[in-house]
Amino acid sequence: MAATTYFTDDHEWIRVEGGIATVGITDYAQEQLGDLVFVELPEVGRTVSKGDAAVVVESVKAASDVYAPVDGEITEVNDKLSSDPALVNSSPAGDGWLWKMKLADESQLSGLMDEAGYKAMIG
Amino acid sequence: MSDTGELFELPLKELHERAGARFGAFAGWSMPITYPLGVLKEHLHTREKAGLFDISHMKLFLVTGPEAGKVLERACPIDTGLIEDGQSKYTFFLDDGAGIIDDLIVTRLGAKRFMVVANAGNAATDEAHLRQIAAGYDCRIEPLDRVFLALQGPAAETALRDAGLDLGALTFMHGTEPRPDWFASRSGYTGEDGFEVAVPPAQARALADRLIADERIEWIGLAARDSLRLEAGLCLHGQDIDTSINPVDAGLMWAIPKDLRESGAFVGADALRTAIAAGAKEKRVGLKPEGRQPVRAGVALFDEAGNPTGRVTSGGFGPWAGFPVAMGYVSASQAKPCTKLFAEVRGNRLPVEIHPLPFTPHRYRKG
Repeated sequence: MAATTYFTDDHEWIRVEGGIATVGITDYAQEQLGDLVFVELPEVGRTVSKGDAAVVVESVKAASDVYAPVDGEITEVNDKLSSDPALVNSSPAGDGWLWKMKLADESQLSGLMDEAGYKAMIG
Repeated sequence: MSDTGELFELPLKELHERAGARFGAFAGWSMPITYPLGVLKEHLHTREKAGLFDISHMKLFLVTGPEAGKVLERACPIDTGLIEDGQSKYTFFLDDGAGIIDDLIVTRLGAKRFMVVANAGNAATDEAHLRQIAAGYDCRIEPLDRVFLALQGPAAETALRDAGLDLGALTFMHGTEPRPDWFASRSGYTGEDGFEVAVPPAQARALADRLIADERIEWIGLAARDSLRLEAGLCLHGQDIDTSINPVDAGLMWAIPKDLRESGAFVGADALRTAIAAGAKEKRVGLKPEGRQPVRAGVALFDEAGNPTGRVTSGGFGPWAGFPVAMGYVSASQAKPCTKLFAEVRGNRLPVEIHPLPFTPHRYRKG
């Protein structure tokens, strides 16, 4: 089954494959945040609801929350970011992914944007 | 700031826009926060070569007249007779309770001529305060309309000379009027060697264009200005110091001459003497978080037994230091280097250690 990628108003992407979603921030978001110096990752096994702060990304200047785009359980986090937070800047849609989660309710995905919709939003 | 909430615009705004600046509000001004280089590289570039900052939001006051020195000795804990012509002093306006209204740099240009450089956010308060003190004295206070540029970093002196302004004769904390209506000092807010140059707006563009054409120089925004000054252990008024803090607690007594502490007649002198006699209740210290996670302003500090012991007033990541850096206030009894404390960030208590300030050694040209 092919992966489908969705986007949120908060500049996150969600790649869904077989009931598991990989979440990261968009290139636009990393550009707005600037060089990241620290990423606070959630604990594996934590249950999050849509809108919960799941990750905190910190630049030189500020800390910003990254919200869970849908309900679910965190199944994996990107441990590479502990030693190399700049991966989020250099590869936001690839090696700079943040966490994976098991979806609680796949119907929530229908409220998200596709890539064309997201691109139209950021202009 | 106007009543309508509109922000003051920098005279060189168009130049910053063309350089790709991202703007934000600071102290009533629309200011460049970062440029396309980004805060991390802007910070490192300043320490490696030279960074150009538009600090026109800061206010210059020319204080002149036969009693100008007297007025400043009432307003600030300084002895204007002991400052040499061309010498600058870091000092304060204190209120009656010795709280810090603003921190400033006063340069003696002559027996009857002084330049006062004040923070943007306090400019109106400072002007009113100074005018009130000057009432009845033969002293003129003139707020100046200037473009104010700071060039900071190891290449600052040569780059400025190559742009036609040779200030190599100045040493750290000295100032001069290199041209009519210009003011320049060897000073800054980064811990690096560097200069601050105030220029009439009509002449500013030519100077800025010449400087930025130099490949050693990059525009640097307020975000990196903040991380640079934090690494250098320098206070930001409104954050690390304010009217609730006196120079004793702030660890800034080095700026007040010893005899003035005893006999000075500046505003706040009596309250300061009381504070000195009582001793510091808390002290401003540097803080180094143990891991990679920054600890930021507003975070509470606890001792090893879990008792509240202070607060963080500035914090972030130090790009040159290579680790998170912060400063704040802790109980005087805890304020010793290497003391282990805990900072509460989002419910977790992170270990932090009291660290000497500055985090990055100052590289001033003291001559």
